[in-house]
Amino acid sequence: MKPTKSTERTRLKVVLPGDTVSLEVTTPGITLGPGLIQAGEFITCTKAGVLVCSGSTYWIETDQKRYIPETGEHVVGRISGKGGEFYRVDVGSAHQAILPFLAFENATKKNRPNFNIGDLIYARVSLANKDMDPELQCFNPTNNKAEGFGKLEGGMVLKCSLRYCQRLLTQETDICKLLGQKLQFELSIGMNGRVWLSSDTIKHISLVYNALKQAETLNNNECKTLVSKLVV
Amino acid sequence: MVKELELSTNERELIISGLKEGIRLDGRGIDDFRSLKITLGPEYGRSEVKLGATKVLAKVSCEVARPYPERPNEGILTLNTELSPMAFTGLEPGRPSEEEVLVSRILEKAIKINRAVDVEGLCIVANELAWSIHVDVHFLDNDGNIIDAACIAAIAALSHFRRPDVTVIGEDVTIVFFIISNSKHPVDQRNPVPLSIHHTPICVTFAFFENGDLWVVDPSLKEEQIRRGDMIMAINNHKEICVLSKAGGIPLEMHTIIQCSKLAANKVDWVRERIQAALVNAAEVEKR
Repeated sequence: MKPTKSTERTRLKVVLPGDTVSLEVTTPGITLGPGLIQAGEFITCTKAGVLVCSGSTYWIETDQKRYIPETGEHVVGRISGKGGEFYRVDVGSAHQAILPFLAFENATKKNRPNFNIGDLIYARVSLANKDMDPELQCFNPTNNKAEGFGKLEGGMVLKCSLRYCQRLLTQETDICKLLGQKLQFELSIGMNGRVWLSSDTIKHISLVYNALKQAETLNNNECKTLVSKLVV
Repeated sequence: MVKELELSTNERELIISGLKEGIRLDGRGIDDFRSLKITLGPEYGRSEVKLGATKVLAKVSCEVARPYPERPNEGILTLNTELSPMAFTGLEPGRPSEEEVLVSRILEKAIKINRAVDVEGLCIVANELAWSIHVDVHFLDNDGNIIDAACIAAIAALSHFRRPDVTVIGEDVTIVFFIISNSKHPVDQRNPVPLSIHHTPICVTFAFFENGDLWVVDPSLKEEQIRRGDMIMAINNHKEICVLSKAGGIPLEMHTIIQCSKLAANKVDWVRERIQAALVNAAEVEKR
């Protein structure tokens, strides 16, 4: 995950694919993020959205829903198949991801994880390459601990835009904080546009699910009214 | 092509156990429709229906054609429902999917075979000229229950449609074309005429879960993905059941079917009121 410091972000303007951005390629230290490419001496947009800059880093924020795996991102996936040494996981990208049996905490050839098709998992993208299937792992590579990765029990999955996942994660939207004052719930935010959520009763799960779904298009004040209307 | 994403076990279990307690994920009761919004116009015969997040657009158009030789006194009504990958992620383009066949078949049964539109009134000169009416249904977004949405859109569009008037003197046929409403020009000479509609069948879809004891009306996409059977009923304004389609799935008890048909009759009245309101609204907008 790339930490986005919400304080420094400046929204420059709305752009469309093919637009040329009036930035000099030769600007010292300039970094192009998702949605921008260098074409000759110009910088061109490849996505429709808002051009954002933070320091000398520029990128485009879109409401894209199709996930393109990026190393290090956390994702919510569904086990869709089993191979000899790995599970196939559907993370919403164009190709299914691979989760090797050995990519777990304390996993050995004999000590294998036991998942069924249809189970939900929370994992980290360990390899993302445009010419290969993405690979996942269920442990933190810095200390080899599970740290919350693994099978998700119960709950529900909300599908939303990739940008909304980022906003939930960076707390740009207050919805989680506001909901948390009313009831208890648990979230696992995947960067692939899927948010797993759980609570104590089905009624509360449905409440959180709908509140989060509606809050995608609301600003913080509207979120406040939404949450104040909820009857728990 | 990525297959339509299947639901995880977690979601499946949650939805089923919710239904056992009478709770649906979107907060409505098992016998509630989602919010229904019907927009008609600006042209005649164009309707946009939003059923929750499901979105369908229907457009009626007409042309003069030669009637079929075996039915020389009748006009032609064609329904065209094409699913596109815009709303159906798992769709393989080019080949009609099972879903597409089902949708077009149900619409055909409900509207065409039930003779909802008076096709004899569409004949201009027997064996020579007749109106050919096309209904094109486009699916813009799919959040389950596309059949009901498509049926509502088609019926609303047909009720809103106006065709040019025709005068026949001897062998001379004059078609009085009109300028589409909303433009500054006055409608030429004669008002365009609405289609004569005998009755308005509206579809109501039920989904059944587990062993058939659990059911819901107007299933959402997630509910559709885990249902074990479905039943579609089309009921008209005379409270007659025009279509009852149960294509496979688990067998149902008789009392369930009777219970569903009673509920469907209520829902159909509710939908019809919404269509009427939309028609009145469209007429007012046109006057301005």
